[in-house]
Amino acid sequence: MTLTLNGEKTDIHDNLTVEGLLGYLKIEPARVAVEVNLAIIKKDDFHNRVLKDGDKVEIVNFVGGG
Amino acid sequence: MNDNLIIRDIEFKSRLWVGTGKYKDFEETKLAIEASGADVVTVAVRRTNIFDNKSENLLDFIDPKKYKILPNTAGCFTMEDALRYSRLARETGISDLIKLEVLGDEKTLFPDACATLQATEILAKEGFIVLPYINDDPIMAQRLVDAGAAAVMPLAAPIGSGLGIRNPYNIKIILEQATVPVIVDAGVGTASDVAVAMELGCDAVLLNTAIAGAKDPIAMATAMNHAVKAGRLAYKAGRIERKLYATASSPIEGML
Repeated sequence: MTLTLNGEKTDIHDNLTVEGLLGYLKIEPARVAVEVNLAIIKKDDFHNRVLKDGDKVEIVNFVGGG
Repeated sequence: MNDNLIIRDIEFKSRLWVGTGKYKDFEETKLAIEASGADVVTVAVRRTNIFDNKSENLLDFIDPKKYKILPNTAGCFTMEDALRYSRLARETGISDLIKLEVLGDEKTLFPDACATLQATEILAKEGFIVLPYINDDPIMAQRLVDAGAAAVMPLAAPIGSGLGIRNPYNIKIILEQATVPVIVDAGVGTASDVAVAMELGCDAVLLNTAIAGAKDPIAMATAMNHAVKAGRLAYKAGRIERKLYATASSPIEGML
């Protein structure tokens, strides 16, 4: 399937949950927030939210700012 | 006596709050924050660098157990964006605090008062501890408190301008009316600007560029640390009245 991942079209295997995606990207779930198609996914739902072809996924964290 | 700042049920050890932007690297960020004595640090919400997961993370250098992390909505020019960033910030699980910025103009980075007010109302209802960045406008400060702001953060001058407090009289009026803490945010240039804000009676000062942009950020952070304490002490001590003419300090009595 193809996801739009932080604004970039990315091909990735099917039947992937948010947790699976973070694991694939080697991103620590504790440090990030995830949005799929503009809806925030709660951390408790990372393991059961299955991603679909065409989903727009945003993964954010904290950076330096004032 | 404990003179710590309290917002809602959160106690802050420092009246100097600092940003984490514009530093050379995370190491310099860490050293400057340590030197400043601040226990609150602001951060921005941005896309994770997913294609380079080995890149260093800010929170590896700024321990959330040691510092209170205050996420901001910097860069948001609409109420909708500010809400989106606020909700994402809270979802990381760090805190319910949000430094709400809804900007109105790219050149001045002055806040959009209407959008800030609307966003404050919505976020406060959602349980956020909303700290809105506002102009030095006493009426707006009142409106924001009515909308549920936990503190108000009037600017000293435009963000990053280093001009210091441009309208101390408005800040005084905000302080006189405020039923929540008043934190001067943005526009501070050097230590004396911080001291002036604290001497006026402000509850805290938030700054970033004044330290990060100094030739020696660590030394400036130390200066700010002293300035906030000196200013606070001077405010509590109660300064003398300003007078036009001289009053001798030495007695006339006993003179030859």
